[in-house]
Amino acid sequence: MKKSMICCLASVLVWSGAAWAGEYPADPLDSPMWDYRANEILGDAEVVFDDAVQVIVPQLAENQHVFPVTVDASALPDVKRIVIFADLNPIPVAIDYRPINARAFVATRIKLDQRTPVRAAVQTGDGRWHVSGVWVDAAGGGCSAPPVSRVKGDWAQHLGEMRGAAWPDHDDTRIRVSFRHPMDTGLVENISAYNIDTLSVTAADGTKLAEMSVFGAVAEDPVFTMIVKDAGEAPIAVSARDTAGLEFDGSVSRRAGVDLLAQAR
Amino acid sequence: MTISRRALLAAAASLPVAVAGHGLAATALAQQFATGYHPRAESIADGIWMVRGADEAIAMTNGGAIANSAFIATDEGTILFDPGPSREYALALTALAEEVTGKPVTRVYVSHLHPDHALGAAGFAPELLHALPETRRELVDEGEGFADGMYRILADWMKGTALVLPNGDVKPGDVTYGGRKLRLLALQGHSGGDLALLDHATGTLIAGDLVFNNRAPATPHADIAAWQKSLTELAAVPHNILLPGHGPLDTGGLNTGGLDTGGLDTGGQDAIAQTADWLGWLDGALHDAVAQGLDMAEAGNIAIPGRFAGVKLARYELQRSVSHFYPALEAELLPRL
Ligand SMILES: [Zn+2]
Repeated sequence: MKKSMICCLASVLVWSGAAWAGEYPADPLDSPMWDYRANEILGDAEVVFDDAVQVIVPQLAENQHVFPVTVDASALPDVKRIVIFADLNPIPVAIDYRPINARAFVATRIKLDQRTPVRAAVQTGDGRWHVSGVWVDAAGGGCSAPPVSRVKGDWAQHLGEMRGAAWPDHDDTRIRVSFRHPMDTGLVENISAYNIDTLSVTAADGTKLAEMSVFGAVAEDPVFTMIVKDAGEAPIAVSARDTAGLEFDGSVSRRAGVDLLAQAR
Repeated sequence: MTISRRALLAAAASLPVAVAGHGLAATALAQQFATGYHPRAESIADGIWMVRGADEAIAMTNGGAIANSAFIATDEGTILFDPGPSREYALALTALAEEVTGKPVTRVYVSHLHPDHALGAAGFAPELLHALPETRRELVDEGEGFADGMYRILADWMKGTALVLPNGDVKPGDVTYGGRKLRLLALQGHSGGDLALLDHATGTLIAGDLVFNNRAPATPHADIAAWQKSLTELAAVPHNILLPGHGPLDTGGLNTGGLDTGGLDTGGQDAIAQTADWLGWLDGALHDAVAQGLDMAEAGNIAIPGRFAGVKLARYELQRSVSHFYPALEAELLPRL
């Protein structure tokens, strides 16, 4: 818990304080916000555009409130951070993932406020950022419309309910976990920002597997998919905390995933 | 308020297309506007014409004219089944109908709420428009949102298109209009209210979006179990030919003259069977994807069976369906922690 806060604080410092030391490489997506976002998010570390970072998204944003993004950077060695961001969102960064003992792979869903590049910036141990992304066309309002559960009024009854499971994935374990949470952006009238802001994954023996800072650009009722380097049968603990200080704890087991697989065709 | 929002959206929509390089130069798009809609009518049975939509997604290049419509000539005037995506398109259909049938459009059926079928209602007086009561309810809830979305994508194509609600409530059963005996079928599953129409004299079944033919079914308001039930009911309606909501005319329909569907040929020519097959596969495949631990973007990239190789927009509609169904499936299948 203390550790998560320090990580969170550290990333905020990086995004607000870094001086722009020089030119970034020309953006293959030709985004009007590239230099600004690169300075804000990546700071003065070296930046390269790199197809080894796979940003997997659907052909279209059918629902701009829930746009799935999967990042697979497992072709890169020694990945320290995976940041998912959308240049033209009012809250650009969705997640800052640190796969401590985990594969360089993460999936979640984000809100899109308009047509924007959606990118992953992947930092390797040498400090270099490897960036890849794609333009996504979206209708307006992904960040400035109230969450469904706010409109229905039932968000408080289900707040923090967690679902999930774990599956064997080659030599590792794929874990998926979902939370009921409004993930308020603070951009909707009369509803202040309120979101899950940290997530951590811990093995049964206490080994920290992964950590994540989470921001209001992540979709309502967030879902996270990670692949951790733990092949054991023991449950893996997932805990999250939101900006009101509420903690949500649960654990996923491979047994649940194997049971689900048995039901598949 | 609505108008200024639309004007804004329209302005915003015109920008990104030029920047995006969707493969079309701005001049080509301008030309598209200048030439407008040119629907064509094809005779499919005695006194019935089909107007084919493009087997594509809604886009600037087609003006949203992607759904099929039909004209039915009667002594009273022409019946139009589905007025299409916009006022301009509806006006083009009106002119075309009068040209081929010799009689003006005097009745319009709106099969369901989706904008590619329903927003052309803007080209008609509400008294001429008929729909299922459920369709009107859904249009009240979602019609304005659809109109905004269509303005964003289609800009000038949509000019003058405001939401117009049908006045007439369709009651299921046999009706005679202008000497023509029709059966109106009140079904659901593609949306909350799906109207299909059988012309008794010719055995022409006009199925709306309950049936897609060699074009993948769209599921934004779908209830798959209810849709499958409606398809079973449609298969039991004796008919010679079937006009689907999207895709080509299906001439492989039943011709049993009775309700026995035992001889239904599901060998791949029948659009009802193909739609049911796709929906069954989709439902199972999405369940399996959740059971295997896939996230949404991964689920949208699963293999599509070879028997759907000839189905247009298969990947596109699969990815849309993932968006429509996946979060609810996860909530149903993943265990509580
Ligand atoms: Zn439809």
